[in-house]
Amino acid sequence: MVQLSLPKNSRIVGGKSWPKPAGAKSVTEFKVYRWNPDDGQNPRVDTFYVDRDDCGPMVLDGLIYIKSKIDSTLTFRRSCREGICGSCAMNIDGTNTLACTKGMDECSGDGTVKIYPLPHMPVVKDLVPDLTQFYAQHASVEPWLKTDTRAPGTEWKQSREDREKLDGLYECILCACCSTSCPSYWWNGDRYLGPAALLQAYRWLIDSRDEATGERLDDLEDPFKLYRCHTIMNCAKACPKGLNPAKAIAEIKGMMVARQF
Amino acid sequence: MRTPLGQVRGLGAARSGTGHFWLQRLTAVSNLLLSIVFVSVLISLAGDSHAAVTATLSNPVIAILMLLFVISATVHMRIGMQVIIEDYVHAELPKLLALMANTFFAIAMGLSAVFALLKISFGV
Repeated sequence: MVQLSLPKNSRIVGGKSWPKPAGAKSVTEFKVYRWNPDDGQNPRVDTFYVDRDDCGPMVLDGLIYIKSKIDSTLTFRRSCREGICGSCAMNIDGTNTLACTKGMDECSGDGTVKIYPLPHMPVVKDLVPDLTQFYAQHASVEPWLKTDTRAPGTEWKQSREDREKLDGLYECILCACCSTSCPSYWWNGDRYLGPAALLQAYRWLIDSRDEATGERLDDLEDPFKLYRCHTIMNCAKACPKGLNPAKAIAEIKGMMVARQF
Repeated sequence: MRTPLGQVRGLGAARSGTGHFWLQRLTAVSNLLLSIVFVSVLISLAGDSHAAVTATLSNPVIAILMLLFVISATVHMRIGMQVIIEDYVHAELPKLLALMANTFFAIAMGLSAVFALLKISFGV
């Protein structure tokens, strides 16, 4: 059966509260999930205070402030700090999003910034999830142009209208916010490909230059790989790039039906 | 020791699921129409005598609509429950047993209702 409660060694216990920075006028409280695979302890939530006059406005700026000035053992991924690499995806204020594009002031409630790793993934350390399976799912949809016709001397031609069909699909940065927000992916992530991989699958299904549409549909026609999507729509709500994976999945289901009649 | 890609590919695509998906939508539409008929008949029969109810249900048009409602609702119920079992029951044996029980239950319920309707309708 589906496991509805956390195993004993995953239950979160009270964490350390670090002192407020001396002389800071404007302070934001951060509550951050911590887990170290090496110390044998349960996960905990540490409390930090970020001096707002000493760092940028985004949640990622706060995390970098904490790592630089308070606790250098805090572990998280980040790279571009402008919403294009997808590295700093995490659960902030109850929603999966990118720490670099989420403002500290955008967090609701009492102004505390609560940060956990992406839900329902194995944790490597602190805010770093293990995305091995997620990347393998992306690879499994073979996200590249497949053709049998001999490659033209120049580029493969595409009309403006056909190119426009890729808008809202090609922008995906594979941050995993959508897939890890999907309850169906939580329950059946081993067999369901998840919204991110399916959005990428549709990006190639709808590409007018691709000649493997039928084979791609064959490989997706499965009660689990595709049809575990129950249109819950968390994916579209979570996507920090404003994309709609649920719509892409519905389009794939539409293609499946269309080739039946 | 399988590679992540090997694990994800697993046993490959079952090459099915679209029929199930389509049947669920089809019976959803038929349920919508037939349940309006069903509820209307129920309301019109409220407070009537046993004889009046059996007389109405023996009308061929009403009887056929009621039978269609039972069949459509039962099919929809069975395949809907199947998805829920597949979602939440992961151990292979309990899953198969639950899927079998689901089918048996749907057939028993559906057939009982069909039999009752026919008996009333034909008056035997």
